[in-house]
Amino acid sequence: MEPTLTFFSGFGINDFWFLGEAAMRTMWISILSITLGTLFGVLFGWILYEGKLTAALTVAPVLDVFRSVPLIIQLVLFYNFAPIVGLNLDAFASGVAILTIYAAALVANVARGGIEAVDRSMRRASRSLGMTYWQDLRYVVLPIGGRAVFPAWVGVALGVMKDSALVSVLGYVELLKASQILITRTQEPFLILSIAGAFYFALSFPISRYAASLEKRWAQ
Amino acid sequence: MIEIRDLHKYFGALHVLKGIDLDVQKGEVLSIIGASGSGKSTLLYCINGLEPIQQGKVAVDETNVHAKSTDINKLRQKLGMVFQQWNSFPHLTALENVALAPRIVKGKPRAEARDIAVKQLTHVGLGDKLDVYPSALSGGQQQRLAIARALAMEPEYMLFDEATSALDPELVGEVLDTMRLLAEEGMTMICVTHEMGFARDVSDRVAFFHQGVMEEIGPPEQIFGQAKSEHTRKFLANVR
Amino acid sequence: MFDYNFHWRPVMKSLPDLIDAAFLTLQVAVLAMIIGIIIGLCLALIRLHLKGPLYWFASSWVEVARNTPALFQLFFFGFGLGAFGLHLSPYLIVLAGLSFNCAGYLAENFRGGFQAIPDTQMRASRTLGMTAWQAYTRVVIPQVFRIVYHPVTNQMVWAVLMSSLGMLVGFRELSGETQFFASRTFRIFEYFAVTAVIYYVIVKLILGAARLLAARLFRY
Repeated sequence: MEPTLTFFSGFGINDFWFLGEAAMRTMWISILSITLGTLFGVLFGWILYEGKLTAALTVAPVLDVFRSVPLIIQLVLFYNFAPIVGLNLDAFASGVAILTIYAAALVANVARGGIEAVDRSMRRASRSLGMTYWQDLRYVVLPIGGRAVFPAWVGVALGVMKDSALVSVLGYVELLKASQILITRTQEPFLILSIAGAFYFALSFPISRYAASLEKRWAQ
Repeated sequence: MIEIRDLHKYFGALHVLKGIDLDVQKGEVLSIIGASGSGKSTLLYCINGLEPIQQGKVAVDETNVHAKSTDINKLRQKLGMVFQQWNSFPHLTALENVALAPRIVKGKPRAEARDIAVKQLTHVGLGDKLDVYPSALSGGQQQRLAIARALAMEPEYMLFDEATSALDPELVGEVLDTMRLLAEEGMTMICVTHEMGFARDVSDRVAFFHQGVMEEIGPPEQIFGQAKSEHTRKFLANVR
Repeated sequence: MFDYNFHWRPVMKSLPDLIDAAFLTLQVAVLAMIIGIIIGLCLALIRLHLKGPLYWFASSWVEVARNTPALFQLFFFGFGLGAFGLHLSPYLIVLAGLSFNCAGYLAENFRGGFQAIPDTQMRASRTLGMTAWQAYTRVVIPQVFRIVYHPVTNQMVWAVLMSSLGMLVGFRELSGETQFFASRTFRIFEYFAVTAVIYYVIVKLILGAARLLAARLFRY
């Protein structure tokens, strides 16, 4: 898996770089999936809000499936299903595809909650000023609802970041897979896992703390 | 001129407006009074096109409000509306609250929208609160902000939907004063209100609504002095 | 349209084994939830009422559980403890990992629940002559229970979904069993598709049962 590495058994500086690179891959796949997933999720959330019955019968159950089946199963299924329909996707592309849909399914609920958080009377007020439906969405609903559910969105984003570890099951060498590889070779499980855990923690902890403090401030 | 002909409005099976006929002339101040649930707020929403109607017609300056071909967003620029809940945009300062619609709806340049906002905020007595967020304003100030926001679109008509009902008693006065000021300036106004003093002193005509029907309309002296309808007299006896 | 021939027969033949494995999944998830609720309650109460080392211990537990991937936590109970000569069976790895994770998330739910009950409730009960214990168990706890009921059912669903990680540490719960059969027969897609359906059914059953129970429990 790592031909560039020399095979001495201790944990060396090269291994540290190897982990660093893998951490970057974790970041990259997470940022990509969260961004795409948020865009689709907001769209789905809007459909869920506006579509009422039609959406309840179409989009809602599909999104529900992605929230009710373990991510790891989704990944394996998609990775093995893609070639059947003639798609040649590597582990990275498959991972991004599934993480994006998974994130979108979670963001959709958050986004719908955001739209619902804006009072009907508030929307009437903006419409009474002559704003179009879309101007109302863009200038009133987005900032007000967006702020209301921002902490929840951060929770989803961090969840996807942590869940990106599961893409390792397809052989994509992100941080946790890299740790596993190094553990097998160096037999230093405690040290290596601590480094990997510290990386996730250092990324997730400050952001979730920040979101919580924003929530507290905005609640006043 | 606002013309309402045989207007019927249903919420599902509920018949909330039962054939309203009403003309409001340019420059007139009309107050609408009546118990809650009598359909008076719904009438305002129908004039503004915020609620669809099932029968009849509403025309503003000879434009049919509910016709498919009507550019409702354009028409609404003529009709300023102030709600019971002031609905100030919490993410924008007072100035931005007022400048937003001129900028995005009318496409005015930022600087011009700003000037308009300063002018209207000063108009309603909030000239010293330009950069304050709504959360730091009192209810009365927020309601005046809402009035300034509506005025910034340079409307020809103003619709007030119980503009003082949600306010603490000590804050009602400042909002009524602002409304009185507009009336004196010659603004055409339809005010759904529970403030009988305002209705009597400021309006040209007062309409009494009862269970979806306009029971009686006339000059304040008539409605408050010698109302013809039994319902009107009963209502007025109870609110005093 | 596909070049691929679907073979469902082998999957159907091993369906009884898969169902058995599904019960193992449920078992480990339920056990982890029970342990998680007990520990989570302790962690929440410690964080609310104590200071010093115990507070830091509880806080670290909660933050690590919430800010690192569940898979990392499982690896830690697997390879990580191995560094200290402690080798858990796959079953125990999954149970320990899930319990650790659930306890962390539930602790935050419980803490929020306790904080949502105003002090006046306690004071009002005491003025009626109740002892502190009576006030706590008869007035505070029932209200907290209602607040955390929904998050706890969600966590139960998460526990089921998370147990699928057992597949990566050699535990033959539903996912592990599926992988075992899939790799023997190479009908990967078919096996995982059926497993996805089983997970979906389990999740829906849990949510349905929780809703029925809630309707009976909460009449006010």
